[in-house]
Amino acid sequence: MDYILSGLKEAFRLLLSFDKETYTIIFLSLRISGTAVLLASCLGIPLGALVGLHRFPGRGVITTILNTCFSLPTVVVGLFLYLFLSHRGPLGMLGLLYTPTAMITAQTILATPIIAALSLVAVKGVDPAITKSAISLGATRIQTTLTILKEARVAILAALIAGFGRVITEIGAAMIVGGNIKGTTRVMSTAIALETGKGSFELALALGIILLATAFLINAGLYYLQRIRE
Amino acid sequence: MREYAIRTHNLSREYDGEVILKEINLQLERGRIHAIIGPSGVGKSVLLRLLNLLERPTSGEIYFDGKALKENNYLKLQRRMTLVFQKPALFNTSVYENVAYGLKVRRENRGSIAEKVEKALGIVGLKGYKHKRARDLSGGEKQRVAIARAMVLEPEILFLDEPTSDLDPRNVAIIEELIKYINREFKTTIVIATHNMFQARRLAHQASVLFEGRIIESGNAQEIFTNPQDKRILRFIEGKIIF
Ligand SMILES: Nc1ncnc2c1ncn2[C@@H]1O[C@H](COP(=O)(O)OP(=O)(O)OP(=O)(O)O)[C@@H](O)[C@H]1O
Ligand SMILES: [Mg+2]
Repeated sequence: MDYILSGLKEAFRLLLSFDKETYTIIFLSLRISGTAVLLASCLGIPLGALVGLHRFPGRGVITTILNTCFSLPTVVVGLFLYLFLSHRGPLGMLGLLYTPTAMITAQTILATPIIAALSLVAVKGVDPAITKSAISLGATRIQTTLTILKEARVAILAALIAGFGRVITEIGAAMIVGGNIKGTTRVMSTAIALETGKGSFELALALGIILLATAFLINAGLYYLQRIRE
Repeated sequence: MREYAIRTHNLSREYDGEVILKEINLQLERGRIHAIIGPSGVGKSVLLRLLNLLERPTSGEIYFDGKALKENNYLKLQRRMTLVFQKPALFNTSVYENVAYGLKVRRENRGSIAEKVEKALGIVGLKGYKHKRARDLSGGEKQRVAIARAMVLEPEILFLDEPTSDLDPRNVAIIEELIKYINREFKTTIVIATHNMFQARRLAHQASVLFEGRIIESGNAQEIFTNPQDKRILRFIEGKIIF
């Protein structure tokens, strides 16, 4: 019990004293995961819309694969990416291993199928009469798709939240391709693992609380956004 | 020779092998109100979707102004007509955005869009509603927004699918007046699907009666009503068939 109380106290102390290392870690986490979610939405939303709105052979297979990716272990993604990026790997010459770019790549791979799968469900949930109305009012195919996405905006925002939740908390890939280097690739999840390993439970707990609080704030913001856009 | 706004030749539609519409031959004169009458489930909505090019027929042809369809002119043709659905499917946004939609996808300039939307809302009696959220409206108001959204495009052909089926008598009267007004003011060819013979008689110049997948009678609306050739229509008028 003591741990939890002193963990809370430590969390407040770190935040209120504007501890430089803590804030570096927080902002790095947000920057990496935010960028990854942004990239993943650029890929995942169109992919979800494409699969959700068109009938073609292989549609079921793609949907199943996307859904399977919900259970994709993050360490496996990390491992694969490591093999590609390590200096003997095919992309080794890029020198990306242990950089934020490598972490963003890993997290984009993790978030894209989640955002795609949930966007797919989102666009499928739009009343077909809406689609027909748009076409009947003279919309082109692209305009119709954009209209459907707009109608599904609340569910798509939920997809982004799920994607963000997946990557901000993940640790396996971040550890393997990021390397947990202080100041450049140490993020909240990897820092917690490190501090726990060192036995500094208070600091680890404090970081855990901060991670939760950050996620809470972001979700509160998105919820508010959802409310006004609804 | 005078060409029809729309003519169909042996238009048929099946769903999963089940024949819904069989060899429909329609001739719709320009600038008139046509009623498609028939009992529930007969295929009126399907027919309107075919004519509005939202679905493809299983067989048969549709001619617009006497010209057959070409794959590459669908969008152009589609933009000359529009369909108001049985259940008004409004976009989940403001009344203004709903009415402006068709103009925006045609990339009209903002000033002219604002002007046209304002005018259309005035005609349907919803002045001052433009900032309301469409989904907060009553059924009658929604239907009027759906009509405004179609009318604002000044289509050559306007399809109306049971525009008054769920409305109270006051809204029915408002919408029927509106339909006559649009036809008179803009010379719009109007095709209205209804299961209500009386409504057809109040509104339409011409009527076609659909029964069991076929058109059993077509012609002047008053004549069909007062002197139908097909005895099934007579039985309907006497109340023996529930349409
Ligand atoms: N997309 C579809 N797939 C399969 N069957 C369909 C489809 N659309 C319509 N049908 C069938 O076609 C028949 C005619 O339907 P339609 O909606 O055109 O009837 P309607 O004349 O408009 O009836 P109502 O007056 O109740 O609106 C119905 O039996 C319906 O089940
Ligand atoms: Mg119908």
